[in-house]
Amino acid sequence: MIRNAEPGRPASTPSLRPPAPPYVRPMQGWWQRNPFFVRYMVREATAVAVAMYALVLTLGVVCLAAGEAAWNGWFDAMRTPWSIGLHAVLLVAMVVHAKSWFDIMPKTMPMIVVGGRRLSAEAITRGGWAATGLACALLFALAWWWRP
Amino acid sequence: MSEPGPTIQIEVLRYRPEQEDKPVWQRYTVPFTDDMSVLQGLQHIKDELDGTLSFRWSCRMAICGSCGMMVNGKPELSCKTFLRDLLPGPVRIEALAHFPIERDLVVSVGEFVKKLEAIKPYLIPKLPRTLAEGEYLQTPAQLEQFEQYSSCINCMLCYAACPQFGLDPGFAGPGVLALLHRYNADSRDGGRDERMPILNAEEGVWSCTAVGYCSEVCPKHVDPANAVNQNKVNSAKDYFLRFLTPKGGRP
Amino acid sequence: MKRSNAPIFWLLFGAGGMLSALLGPMLVFITGIAVPLGWPLPGATMGYSRMLAFAQHPVGKAFLLAVIVLFAWHAAHRMFHSLHDLGLHNGTAAKLACYGSATAMSLVAAAGLIRIGF
Repeated sequence: MIRNAEPGRPASTPSLRPPAPPYVRPMQGWWQRNPFFVRYMVREATAVAVAMYALVLTLGVVCLAAGEAAWNGWFDAMRTPWSIGLHAVLLVAMVVHAKSWFDIMPKTMPMIVVGGRRLSAEAITRGGWAATGLACALLFALAWWWRP
Repeated sequence: MSEPGPTIQIEVLRYRPEQEDKPVWQRYTVPFTDDMSVLQGLQHIKDELDGTLSFRWSCRMAICGSCGMMVNGKPELSCKTFLRDLLPGPVRIEALAHFPIERDLVVSVGEFVKKLEAIKPYLIPKLPRTLAEGEYLQTPAQLEQFEQYSSCINCMLCYAACPQFGLDPGFAGPGVLALLHRYNADSRDGGRDERMPILNAEEGVWSCTAVGYCSEVCPKHVDPANAVNQNKVNSAKDYFLRFLTPKGGRP
Repeated sequence: MKRSNAPIFWLLFGAGGMLSALLGPMLVFITGIAVPLGWPLPGATMGYSRMLAFAQHPVGKAFLLAVIVLFAWHAAHRMFHSLHDLGLHNGTAAKLACYGSATAMSLVAAAGLIRIGF
């Protein structure tokens, strides 16, 4: 039987089913398929640590407001091996956060020209770390020397 | 017909809507020389092994933007990716990620083109200007503000790289927003206000979570991540200052 | 196209992210490791009267409030978007859970700091 060629269906091939629509591939597991995305998800996961630490501080403030006994209870909890261990993990997470934050920070900034040359992303990142160094030194100094 | 000499295996994700529901992998053995691009490998398949293989290409020199595809899971221009760097193989080739597959390595690009048109990708003069006034003058510094963003070849590798586009195909996306920024950043242009509604929408800059992979894969070093994320600041300024001045606080 | 309200949350996210990048590691180290262990800072660094005086000082109070509030809102924003990235629930309920927790933490901390007085 002679049949005119239909769109998507060559005349010479036997009759096939109607053509399927464009195929949409599922996004499931997308971030596991590329190391770049795994690093992105690790970066995003540091938010959990930031939230946990904010909660620890909030509990501290509540206990501080409740009086000396409550505060000592909070501080004693902070001295348990579980708490020290947790804070070691939180510390690692905070450093991962800081590194990934300063790595991406240049992307959020417009072009800055200094003395005829464009400020590089690496320079901006180094600036971020310099500010961190200063902030950490000031914080440590405050903790060490401040007298009420 | 077997050919002597070294060969490499190329696996291609085939999809022929008239004969299958889902894509299937098909493996080919291609003769290898160390100067061959992935595109040349595909061309060998089409010319000598399987004429039914469908794929886009044109310039074969990384300027037309036609030959974007996934090579071993990464968005690449097939003309700019070399088989010698993928030894020993097999090389897995798939249509550009995050786009619906029409056939084999050919994806639907209609939506992308519509988005390009929507951002008004042309100079909109600040003030009406006659020919008698002559050409615009621009310093090298003014040119630098937008030049890299004008390098985009619309290859869509950044869209294949962007998981937010993959999850939400309504997102304007890195390439379109980089082009939008190219015009906003051009000293000759006065169309910023007309383009703000696109930036300010959820489908504008606010779908971006600064993954940054788009800038990694861009073959022309456009840095779309920078274009999108610096406009988050502009969009935020527009959001908060819109009530203070008619132009959202801008001069 | 509808204007997004994202800028509000994004600015809080950005401020919290910057503050936690600048101070997070050292704060965790001091409060969670150094002082509890008594080295290299003595345990008395976080003794009741010293901490009370710090929290009663206007600058100290502002510092504590800023850290808690901005850390909480930074984390809420990022965690909400991670739910979306993971393909999990990211509707209104998830939004309320994330930003609601940040609101609750902010209110509890503020109430505590007010109760501590000046």
